[in-house]
Amino acid sequence: MATTHSRVAARFMLSPAVLLLLAWMIVPLSMTIYFSFLRYNLLNPAIDAWAGWSNYEYFLTDPAFFAALTNTLLLVGGVLLITIIGGTLLALLLDQPIWGQGIVRILVLAPFFVMPTVSALVWKNMFMNPVNGLFAHAAKAFGLQPFDFLAHAPLFSIILIVAWQWLPFAALILLTALQSMDQEQMDASEMDGAGPFSRFFYLVLPHLSRAITVVVLIQTIFLLSIFAEILVTTNGGPGYASTNITYLVYAQSLLQFDVGGGSAGGIIAVILANIVAIFLMRMIGKNLEA
Amino acid sequence: MARSISRRRQVVVTLLAWAIGLAIFFPILWTILTSFKTEAEAIASPPSLFMFDWTLENYGEVQERSNYFRHFSNSVIISLGSTLLGLLIAIPAAWSMAFVPAKRTKDILMWMLSTKMLPPVGVLIPIYLLFRDTGLLDTRTGLVIVLTLVNLPIIIWMLFTYFREIPGEILEASRMDGAQLWDEIIYVLTPMAIPGIASTLLLNVILAWNEAFWTLNLTAAKAAPLTAFIASYSSPEGLFYAKLSAASTMAIAPILILGWFSQKQLVRGLTFGAVK
Repeated sequence: MATTHSRVAARFMLSPAVLLLLAWMIVPLSMTIYFSFLRYNLLNPAIDAWAGWSNYEYFLTDPAFFAALTNTLLLVGGVLLITIIGGTLLALLLDQPIWGQGIVRILVLAPFFVMPTVSALVWKNMFMNPVNGLFAHAAKAFGLQPFDFLAHAPLFSIILIVAWQWLPFAALILLTALQSMDQEQMDASEMDGAGPFSRFFYLVLPHLSRAITVVVLIQTIFLLSIFAEILVTTNGGPGYASTNITYLVYAQSLLQFDVGGGSAGGIIAVILANIVAIFLMRMIGKNLEA
Repeated sequence: MARSISRRRQVVVTLLAWAIGLAIFFPILWTILTSFKTEAEAIASPPSLFMFDWTLENYGEVQERSNYFRHFSNSVIISLGSTLLGLLIAIPAAWSMAFVPAKRTKDILMWMLSTKMLPPVGVLIPIYLLFRDTGLLDTRTGLVIVLTLVNLPIIIWMLFTYFREIPGEILEASRMDGAQLWDEIIYVLTPMAIPGIASTLLLNVILAWNEAFWTLNLTAAKAAPLTAFIASYSSPEGLFYAKLSAASTMAIAPILILGWFSQKQLVRGLTFGAVK
């Protein structure tokens, strides 16, 4: 049983972390909320009048917002689709007896450790560039017209780049979950004559469902905030074709110096992320009791 | 009979796995190879995979033109600094929650996690303005502070899941022997906790090294770590493929190596213990 002495000490040891996180959460966030109700532009800092809800009205009715919201959903959805399906297949493959499994695993995992600006620039220049990119070389070798990925399919190209970065994460987590499967149950079902497909759908998939949910939720948190990949490849363009909410708020705040409008956008981003966060927290909270 | 079938199957599966593994790794391999080419060879059509005149001049030139080493040391200082500072704050907190759980420990843990869910754009403007007014913009100190706070919840959570596995009875026993709180921490807990602390350190150095929202928005020339330095290649220098590749290779090499050591901890750390 913990003594009073150690309980006081424990509280003392916990407090710096709690206070810092509390400050980190409350101070800037309440400033954002406050700014979001001001008419405040850094280019003209003399004017900081109360604006009521007009920043929100402006941000939400701006056609760019609708485009950015759609792009955010497509980006998150597209990357999730590729990484979950690809990751499951990859995990199933890596779970087989393979010669050199350790090395293959290292190869598959590597993209996750590449910093976002590097992977975006390498893909942009060395693969997707319509003149000197590897895809252009390949197209020319087959007598096809090279395709300018980032000009004609900017969002799709960014989805590919981001999916390449996150596929290893999904594969690794699903592989970890696969390895905890009950082998006897699998053997028994095989002896009972269950084919590979029915084994996958009735045994493997239910076992993976928890890990898949975790991957979806964690990736969504990170994918909602994709920024560097867009900044170095397309700058959100052409037009708003590859602008997501995060990038739109950044552009509003630090390119147009519109503190009020940017803050309103930031709060909307917080609300969107919270919707996902609630589900994730519930999942993790359940695990904490176990 | 059954044996030969499974043998054949293993060959097929192995070939498939290697092909897919190499395909996924190819962009990295290609970057590394291109960094040893001349600019002309880097854009040659058709490109050659290995048959070119290997050269190291790109590496020298990247350093010479842009003082690469300064950005590299910025990255080292920022990622190590924020991780160590984070550990300093997190170790006592995780220790107390793992060994002296109170009624509200679970709520505190969940609340800490919730701060990680806060999208960075939600606080971009206030942080930017606070940094501008306090002179922290484009300083390594400023980035260490922000990255410490951003990664603190992950550090605490990871440590907590490791500490929780240390059997509490050992502490009870040492307490019976009359050990004081600090003796307990130094002689009993620390040796058992070191593997967990090491894994946490590793994963957080990786996360901080690759962080590319705050580093891009809060730095300019002076304190820019590699993420921001590489971003400056987006145009028009990005068209110098060999130099871009050399800079990229140097930026990702240390983390690729660290990352390979941290595979297991990665799953645990990034799923907050929900998948083990």
